[in-house]
Amino acid sequence: MFTKVALLVLRKDVAIEVKSFEMFSTTLFFAVSCVLVFAFALVRDGVVVADAAAGILWIAIAFAGTLALGRTFERERYAETLRALLLAPAPRAAIYVGKLLGIVLLLAVGEAILVPLVALLFSAALFARPLLLGGLLLAGTVGFGAVGTLFAAMLVRSRTRDVMLPILLYPITVPVIIAGVRGTAALLEAAPDEPTALMWIGLLTAFDVVFVTLALWTFEPLMTE
Amino acid sequence: MKRVFLPVLAVAAAMFAFAPIYIANAPFEASMGLVSKIFYFHVPSWFAMFAAIFISGISSAIYLFKGRAWADRLGVAGAEVAVLFGSMGLVTGPLWGRKSWGVWWPWDARVTIALLLELTFIAYLLVRKFGGPGSEKLAAALSIFGMFNVPFLYMSVNIWRTIHPPTTVIPTLPSGMPGPFWLSVAAFLTLCALLLTLRSGLEHQRAALDALYLEDE
Repeated sequence: MFTKVALLVLRKDVAIEVKSFEMFSTTLFFAVSCVLVFAFALVRDGVVVADAAAGILWIAIAFAGTLALGRTFERERYAETLRALLLAPAPRAAIYVGKLLGIVLLLAVGEAILVPLVALLFSAALFARPLLLGGLLLAGTVGFGAVGTLFAAMLVRSRTRDVMLPILLYPITVPVIIAGVRGTAALLEAAPDEPTALMWIGLLTAFDVVFVTLALWTFEPLMTE
Repeated sequence: MKRVFLPVLAVAAAMFAFAPIYIANAPFEASMGLVSKIFYFHVPSWFAMFAAIFISGISSAIYLFKGRAWADRLGVAGAEVAVLFGSMGLVTGPLWGRKSWGVWWPWDARVTIALLLELTFIAYLLVRKFGGPGSEKLAAALSIFGMFNVPFLYMSVNIWRTIHPPTTVIPTLPSGMPGPFWLSVAAFLTLCALLLTLRSGLEHQRAALDALYLEDE
């Protein structure tokens, strides 16, 4: 039941997205704009400041992720479909998991384009350890999405949601950003520092476990009117 | 709480009156001179901030799951008091840092963690103020998340950067310093408890006033 509901919510979101490409195209465009803006700040005389590629990649993911989180629930407001979802005789937590999977999938597809782009623009050896980088990106995206999905869902009914989401999201997800940036920077060194990257993946996984559990635990009372 | 409030207030006032004399008579720390006295304000304000954060987080959880109104009031009070003591720590910290490390803001681990916690609870207050109807629950969730975020902030920022004097400095204080230090800690924690009581009492009266207005209409 639980898995089925979660997968149904995910399928619904994917179907809408495949049809319109609205969130994917806007989010990706925004992420690329972020990369460019930071490139102007961090590239001097054609040379990139040390570790800048790692920072730019994660800032682009975090900023674009915020945009996507806002959109995914904004869409549910049009025809009060969120209420319909919540009224459905399904476990609330499963709806949350479905939404979270949708966000993680969307951001993962975006990252698949963003990472080669950053590697190319900043001549960063992002593909030296593809598995470790993939682990960092996945664990980081899940952590960011876990907190973001919960806050975005709660903010649907608030008038000031556009302002409130980043205000709530960034202070809590700072550990994800630090771990992502430092882990990626460790992989970008001339001799990739695998133990450091693994340590950050471990921290990110612990963060994911704690915050997904917390979100599942608080989603039910938070979404009750 | 009402009955013990005045005696506790008197004790706190006495502690705060005595502390400056006690601190002034404490020996100077060799390398820092007069600036080392900041220590007696700086560290206790963090103790008080953490106490307020945990009170806010725990009562927010009680509010969210049991729907108790008093827990929500204590949650706001905790967040506000945490921001208050946090800003004290953030002001006294750079004063120390300028003397000790030569820069106001060294991006050291503990300083950064403190700033992030301060931001989390300022966000709590912003949500409550501008979030519109139903923002109490949202704020409560933020407070719980903020509390659970403390160990992660600690680990991530600590690995990222560390130059702050380690916490182990407290047991190794030169003789003559632990006395005033622990008195300051006790005074700050008492002040924290008093402020929490006052603030949640205020929130209680506000709720009572709202109820009266509603009745009148």
